[in-house]
Amino acid sequence: MGIARADVEKIAELARLELTSEETDLFTEQLSSIIGHVEKLNELDTTDVQPMSHCAPAGGDSEYAKRDDQVRSGLGQELAVENAPDPEAGYFRVPRVIGG
Amino acid sequence: MELKRLTISSLHNRIARGEVKAADVCRAALDRIERLSELNAFITVRADAAMARADEIDHAAERGDKLPPLAGAVIAIKDNMVMRGVRTTAGSRILFNYKPPYTATAVDRLETAGAIIVGKTNLDEFAMGSSTENSAYGPVRNPWDTTRVPGGSSGGSAVAVASGMAMGALGSDTGGSIRQPASLSGVVGLKPTYGRVSRYGLIAFGSSLDQIGPFANSVEDAARILGVIAGHDPNDSTSSNVEVDDYVKSISSDVSGLRVGVPREYYGEGLDVEVKGKVEASIMKLQEMGAEIIDISLPHTEYAIPVYYLIATAEASANLARYDGVRYGYRAEEASTLKAMYSRTRDQGFGAEVKRRIMLGTYALSAGYYDQYYGKSQKVRSLIEGDFRNAFAKCDVIVTPTAPTPAFKLGEKTADPLEMYLSDIYTITANLAGVPGLSMPCGLSSSGLPIGLQLIGKHFDEATLLRTAHNLEQALGADFTPPPVM
Repeated sequence: MGIARADVEKIAELARLELTSEETDLFTEQLSSIIGHVEKLNELDTTDVQPMSHCAPAGGDSEYAKRDDQVRSGLGQELAVENAPDPEAGYFRVPRVIGG
Repeated sequence: MELKRLTISSLHNRIARGEVKAADVCRAALDRIERLSELNAFITVRADAAMARADEIDHAAERGDKLPPLAGAVIAIKDNMVMRGVRTTAGSRILFNYKPPYTATAVDRLETAGAIIVGKTNLDEFAMGSSTENSAYGPVRNPWDTTRVPGGSSGGSAVAVASGMAMGALGSDTGGSIRQPASLSGVVGLKPTYGRVSRYGLIAFGSSLDQIGPFANSVEDAARILGVIAGHDPNDSTSSNVEVDDYVKSISSDVSGLRVGVPREYYGEGLDVEVKGKVEASIMKLQEMGAEIIDISLPHTEYAIPVYYLIATAEASANLARYDGVRYGYRAEEASTLKAMYSRTRDQGFGAEVKRRIMLGTYALSAGYYDQYYGKSQKVRSLIEGDFRNAFAKCDVIVTPTAPTPAFKLGEKTADPLEMYLSDIYTITANLAGVPGLSMPCGLSSSGLPIGLQLIGKHFDEATLLRTAHNLEQALGADFTPPPVM
């Protein structure tokens, strides 16, 4: 099954990527080719197979390690905004959300 | 002083006895990094911090203090592991100025063990690639032939160790990103069992596949590094509390009676004749040393690449949603609304391969396609894991080639993403099953390029991998020092 240019535009919108026209053309071709390759999985009947959603270590007590839910100190406001492109008084400032 | 001639194992005692100064080792590493800067192995070099750390170790040795196990070992870190206050880019423009407020557990453990962290190494952007050509900071070159790639995505770490800029390094491996560059660059590289090493502070790509592991010039040095970084970490709930073996002790046993599985699916079409020859010669060596060679089958191998490129990209599309220009990194300036700012930041901040994978992952997870692609791939992943469970009922360790060919030329595979993906065909299965894999050099091609052999083990049985690799390394007795560059 191929992927149409309109599909690529829709995926880009979902992924919050403002692609250029050239990128959209290139990805239409390349994603079609990759999806064509993964269609190979349909050769297998997996009706009775359980999905493997995580790699629970099978060597030991197959349980993930757990800890008590204790309160611990976090990063703190000062460090949390230290890397922000546009911090203001300990907050993250962004362009307007509504009515832009 | 030549770092390639030093081992982490011997360095500790020599520094303690005052025969070698950590400062001299560190200076030799820094000189080498500068002299071989054209290889582009490092994104950030910590010259002053590293020298200060070396001086501390020398002072401790002079005082007669007991030195920690990696005292004076010069180690490089792939630039997708955070270090407090040290710029960490993940090879991406989108993190061009990111200075993390915390340190990854594996890096923290190395420092506590006396290692000198010399710098942050170059990589494919967000560890997505098999050649280290996808870096926003330029491609890395292979010291064996500078017209060729070092493999990827941990190409900078592999090259740093191969060319004597560091005695060891950390990489991360999601589909082969430690083992494949180790193979193409002629060093030892180990991807531990999923959960063996904490991922806290590793910039996430595919969270059910990612694992941190060591590069080294010898199996023993890799064992020493693994011993330091392995073990449970309360900051990573997927890190296991299975007891950590004494890896250095374990390598001294022989391989007599060891059952070595050879999976026929890994020796077929697409495998270079010379690679096949060297790996088969190594299998003969193991047999001569008393190992029992067993023909096995991993029947779902051919589905590994499609499964991987659905699961890894789906996880990546979720993990990389956080790069939106709000909390850290790059932000596109000209956007007037929040949504336009997100989309423009991400288009300008990410490179082509990262965008391609985000797009594929978003598609695989999108409404209407989830069951067909992501759901299906999780089921086939179960079948691949089952292949290994069945195989390990018959054998203790599996031997395969690490990569289908020796190092390829820069630019050779960049036009066709699928072609590039195929260079991970033998390494991806271990990530999908969560089992450990090790690559070690086993010979040179007729054109003088290193060839790697892969050992795959049972969950949490790194000890058997390291023991087998050490025995083979001693039997081969070869020197894998690249010819002088320029």
